[in-house]
Order: sequence, then structure tokens, then C-alpha cells
Amino acid sequence: MIRSEILREIAPILRDQLVVCNIGLPSQELHMIDDQPSNFYMLGTMGLSSSIGLGLALSQDKTVISIDGDGSVLTNLGTLPTIANNVADNFILLIIDNGSYGSTGDQPTYAGKKTKLEAVASACGCENVVTCQDVDTGKVLQAAIDSKKMTIIVSKCDSGNIKLPVITMDPVEIRARFMTAVTS
Amino acid sequence: MSISSKIVDDFVANGVEFITTVPCKQLAGVIEEVEARPEIFHIPSNKEDEGMGLCAGAFMGGKRPAIIMQNTAIGVTINTLATLTQYYRMPLPMLISYRGELREPVACQVEMAVHTKALLNQLNIPTYHFHQESDADELDAILKYTFMCNKPVAILTDASFWGGYGDQ
Repeated sequence: MIRSEILREIAPILRDQLVVCNIGLPSQELHMIDDQPSNFYMLGTMGLSSSIGLGLALSQDKTVISIDGDGSVLTNLGTLPTIANNVADNFILLIIDNGSYGSTGDQPTYAGKKTKLEAVASACGCENVVTCQDVDTGKVLQAAIDSKKMTIIVSKCDSGNIKLPVITMDPVEIRARFMTAVTS
Repeated sequence: MSISSKIVDDFVANGVEFITTVPCKQLAGVIEEVEARPEIFHIPSNKEDEGMGLCAGAFMGGKRPAIIMQNTAIGVTINTLATLTQYYRMPLPMLISYRGELREPVACQVEMAVHTKALLNQLNIPTYHFHQESDADELDAILKYTFMCNKPVAILTDASFWGGYGDQ
């Protein structure tokens, strides 16, 4: 499976949760597949999906799922020790690991070579790190939500993209409707 | 009352409950004070752009955030300030140690000091410069202004403000 196929499969699970979605194609795909006010689409700042999600999870009680990529986590690798040391049991970091920088033309990442993000997360002190195959992502994600324990999921999938339009929604509108969803 | 206590009192009085920090020698006292206050959730960051991400999330979760960092961080965070904090119109008070000013013992610090105000100006970030202790009397008004206009706002605090570096 490629990332967009995973997102399509887990969309019914994501719909009821607060979702912070990574910049570029992941946000565009989620926006096209199932746009929800409870989705925060990142239009800039590669790497900060996990940081925004953690800050949000630490500040209110609803479950927060940050959808990230292997390349984005590598960009902000310092996020993993911060997550490990500031446990929010309503936080799930879903790393869709396709071993490539999808939005920029599928250049290979180091996560697709020697570096194992699940091992990095564990070494940083993250306690519930689950590695799964693409087809099992939905099952693992639902189990993480139900566990009410902070969980890092690394879902291994194929690289590849679909053609789709950019998000033209105004960022202030994305933020405002998301904040309404947070409090509703 | 120490200047660090006064600063953190102003944060608390303005409802700031979520503060991320990246340390600087000049900021050690204020960071210690932040850590000590039960009203504040203190979350150290490994890098300042990460910290701004945390603050964005906290704001959307209903908490007023702030970041405490060194001025060298302006070089690290320009993209985040422009495409996250400003683009989504979020408030962010930034208490910044202004290294490389008068009384600075480390020459390299001057290299970013000479760019600091120019970069903040280029980003249209409202900027206040605390040079002597009484300048901090404006902090309460600066925080109210920040959360009124939903912008990142810089508060530069130089070595003279913090009473110098002691014996070097």
C-alpha cells in the first residue's frame, strides 16, 4: 500500500479524533479523502506535526493523532525525546514510513536505509512503540486509541503518490474551525 | 522581589500556562522560576522551532503559550514564525536573551546580535528591548498586546538588563 491508500483505509477512524496532519501530500490526501473540521492541515513547517500534536494533547483531554512521515520525523528528530519525557496518554504519533520524501519526488530517506525510527523512538525513551505493516495500520491505530496510552506507531508502506490539488483553504479558517472542533 | 519572579508573575497574571524553553546562561534564573511555578506547564524543547510547534498546539488546545530562548534562535525559527505562527495567526510571546550586546564576553555572539533586530523587523514582529530593570514594567502590557493581536512578539533582554555576566 502507499500512503494515500492507508489514509483512505483509516479515514473512518480518524474522523472522530483530532488530527494534526503533516505538510504536503499527506494533508492534501486527507483533505481530499475526508475533509473534517477536526483535521489541522499543515501548510508549512516540515517536521512539526508531532510537536503541534503533543502541545495540543498536553493542553486538553481529547485524543490527538499526529500523522507524520519518516522524512518529517528525521527533520525534527529532537521531537522524540520531548515526547518520551512529557507523556500525554491522549497522544498518538502515527509515522507513515515509506522510506522516501514523497512530496518532493520520492527521494530516499535514511529511514529507508539503515535508520530504524522505531528503534530511535525506543532509545529516546518512548514506551509504547508499535511497528506494523501498512495493511494493519487501522487495527493498530484503533488499539492505540482504545489503550489510552501514548503510542508511537511506525507503519511501513510503499512509496508512491497520487495526483491531487493543493489545499486552498485559508490557514486562519483551518485553525479557527479546528479550534471549534477542539472545544465542541 | 527578583526580576525573574516579577517576569514570571506577569506571565501567570496574563494566563500563560504553557511555557517552552531552550536554555541560555542569561535566562537560567527565569527558567528556574518557570519550572517552580505550579500554574505553568514547563516543557523544555531541544530546538526552538520544535518549541514553537508545541506552543501552536497548546494555543489550539486552549492554553496561552510562551517561549523563552536565545536570540540565535531567530536564525533557526524564521520559517516557523512565517509559515506557522504568523500564517495561522497565533499569539506567541517570545522572551529572548539578547546575547552579543554590551558586556558580552563571547565574540561569536555578536555575529547574530547584529542581525537580530533586522530579522525581527523584516518579519514585521513587534519588538521590545529591555535594557534596564525598570523596562520590565512594560511586560504586562506587552503580554496583553500579544494576546490581543494574535502575533508573535519579541522581548529582547540584554546583558545589562540581567545585571551583566558577573566575573568573566
